[in-house]
Amino acid sequence: MSEQKKQSEDELLEKVTSTEYKYGFTTDIESDTIPKGLSEDVVRIISAKKNEPEWMLEYRLKAYKSWLEMEEPNWANINYTKPNYQDVIYYSAPKQKPVLDSLDDLDPEMKKTFDKLGISIDEQKKLANVAVDIVMDSVSVATSFKDTLAEKGIIFCSISDAIKDHPELVKKYLGTVVPARDNFFSALNAAVFSDGSFCYIPKGIKCPMELSTYFRINEAGTGQFERTLLIADEGSQVSYLEGCTAPMRDENQLHAAVVELIAMDDADIKYSTVQNWYPGNAEGVGGVFNFVTKRGICHKNAKISWTQVETGSAVTWKYPSCILKGDNSIGEFFSVAVTNNRQQADTGTKMIHLGKNTKSTIIAKGISAGKSDGNYRGLVKISKGATNSRNFSQCDSLLMGDKCGSHTFPYIEVKNNSSKVEHEATTSKIGEDQIFYCNQRGIGTEAAIALIVNGYCKDVLNQLPMEFAVEAQKLLEISLEGSVG
Amino acid sequence: MLQIKDLKAGIEDNQILKGINLEVKAGEIHAIMGPNGSGKSTLSAIIAGNEDYEVEGGNITFNGKDLLELDPEERAHNGVFLSFQYPVEIPGISVSNFIKTSITEKRKAQGLEPIPTKDLLKMMREKMELLSIKQGYLSRNMNEGFSGGEKKRNEIFQMAMLEPKLAILDETDSGLDIDALRIVANGVNKLRSADNATVIITHYQRLLDYIVPDFVHVLYNGRIVKSGGAELAHELEEKGYDWVTKEEDKKWA
Ligand SMILES: Nc1ncnc2c1ncn2[C@@H]1O[C@H](COP(=O)(O)OP(=O)(O)OP(=O)(O)O)[C@@H](O)[C@H]1O
Ligand SMILES: [Mg+2]
Repeated sequence: MSEQKKQSEDELLEKVTSTEYKYGFTTDIESDTIPKGLSEDVVRIISAKKNEPEWMLEYRLKAYKSWLEMEEPNWANINYTKPNYQDVIYYSAPKQKPVLDSLDDLDPEMKKTFDKLGISIDEQKKLANVAVDIVMDSVSVATSFKDTLAEKGIIFCSISDAIKDHPELVKKYLGTVVPARDNFFSALNAAVFSDGSFCYIPKGIKCPMELSTYFRINEAGTGQFERTLLIADEGSQVSYLEGCTAPMRDENQLHAAVVELIAMDDADIKYSTVQNWYPGNAEGVGGVFNFVTKRGICHKNAKISWTQVETGSAVTWKYPSCILKGDNSIGEFFSVAVTNNRQQADTGTKMIHLGKNTKSTIIAKGISAGKSDGNYRGLVKISKGATNSRNFSQCDSLLMGDKCGSHTFPYIEVKNNSSKVEHEATTSKIGEDQIFYCNQRGIGTEAAIALIVNGYCKDVLNQLPMEFAVEAQKLLEISLEGSVG
Repeated sequence: MLQIKDLKAGIEDNQILKGINLEVKAGEIHAIMGPNGSGKSTLSAIIAGNEDYEVEGGNITFNGKDLLELDPEERAHNGVFLSFQYPVEIPGISVSNFIKTSITEKRKAQGLEPIPTKDLLKMMREKMELLSIKQGYLSRNMNEGFSGGEKKRNEIFQMAMLEPKLAILDETDSGLDIDALRIVANGVNKLRSADNATVIITHYQRLLDYIVPDFVHVLYNGRIVKSGGAELAHELEEKGYDWVTKEEDKKWA
């Protein structure tokens, strides 16, 4: 490489490092906040503020007690100062009418926020029948398309409402896929979760629209502990979208969500996430800590497909998983994880094959730039009874520059000999020859990188619903601005 | 249109081009021939702006502009096109998406709005017909899994779409079957006009039977050692390079 070229690449790399987070702004909405810190009393206050029934309080208290005995995990390949859990505010609710009759009633400040994100609700409404349940901080503040859904018997509401209005469903399924004791963060979430979404699709119903939730963290120093519970009853189908952006912050923000999916016999759940929380500044200060437990269970012939595009957070710890309990069930995981600057990610999936003839596919694409570190960690476990099962895993890493790192940790356990597991892994850099080829066709280096990265991620982006794919592409471009291979 | 004066260039300490002089005028077709490793691809890479090579001396002007001052994409915007000897794969990006991006970027540089997709598709269909390209090709990924000949045809398709002022075809004929060679050559002839020029790098007379050059140059050891008309290519085909290169070797011995 010529000296001149090296220099210009260095300059470009500098630019990446100095690319500011574009969604850093705060919405001015008064909040109803409780003092920081966690204790039994705080758990009781949260439950009381939400007018929860006794069984819910008991569930939380039990989780809280388990959490006290647990230790924060250390095994992931990430390095961060552990949060002081007594320094976090565990509940904050925007002071706003909790349910809106129409979207016109939305607070103008909040509307502005969505406009800045380029996902105004007006646009959303026009876009392919999207029903939006927005979680801003801890309480749902806007819900739409409820009637259309209600006609089909579909329930799509905040988890708080579900606890009140559909206690039998919540009681039956909450914590069945991710038990409170599952891990440190799931126990914390079970104790203090303030809101999230609930969805139930009745037997044989194909949900007529994409269900979509936008999460935002909005209160300085507020921990977010969303809880999502999605139940697809026998033979039903649903596609669920979750997207998040966060305003800029100086102190680290803790986020420990739990998502549980239940796909009954012959049901089909597609769960898509686009995540671009504040990653911290170029020196790695600030930024969201994202410790998420996402897991789904598939009964007979059911299918769960996780798709995620992750560009944000300072630290990410996340392994959307499938338990393939029923015979012939299918689990899929499609992921693009981008790390830049000082971001660290340890993410991947677990596919647990229990039923016969179960199938899983894993396509994980990592992109590392700046001084970041991206790790893929995947477990494929095929139990003794899961005869004739199949897994195909493909883990690719793309490196930009020479200061970033990427690691792949595949764990494979196969307990019977009629099953087959295939694993492919590649690490590549964007080739100078590819960039020159694009340059020669009039495509400048920045645009060439965006193009090549898009091509690299195509298999995953193609899994996203149209309107989400467009946003995901935009995010990839923003988060990699200025990077060079 | 293109003037190259005493161009010396190389890679690290290895001087590959040792003083190239060449003038190409609008409307002309030049053929550059020469033994393997003589510097033909290096010359085309330097014209296109590949920064792996260092220019040690001389200059290149293109329509009055100092070409060496421009970034590779700016050269492309000004109408320089290189059909690569070894086209590169861009996995996951369809031919249509790639060409659309390419044309959009070029127009952006000229201060023009993107062409409406409808018009672009129409143009693509016309050029596909010109080059007898089969349906389904536009949605294939750029050069991914393409056969050698398909890659070459894809280069010429892009040339047809971009309508360059100066096209350099680096061994576009190698890898093409007999029919494809005729089709591609006809395509190049049809795209020919009084305001564009073509430089054809080739080892074989065959292509020059279809595209008759105004000038033929022999590049050897980093220099143009002989130039002539179309008949020079026939002579080379008949006698090989020996008679040219021996004289040259004597000169520098
Ligand atoms: N990137 C490079 N690194 C090292 N050497 C190079 C590089 N590019 C070209 N060369 C050397 O420069 C010389 C000229 O190469 P070039 O590819 O220009 O030849 P050519 O005339 O196109 O040959 P051919 O007919 O085989 O295509 C060769 O000796 C080659 O090895
Ligand atoms: Mg060559």
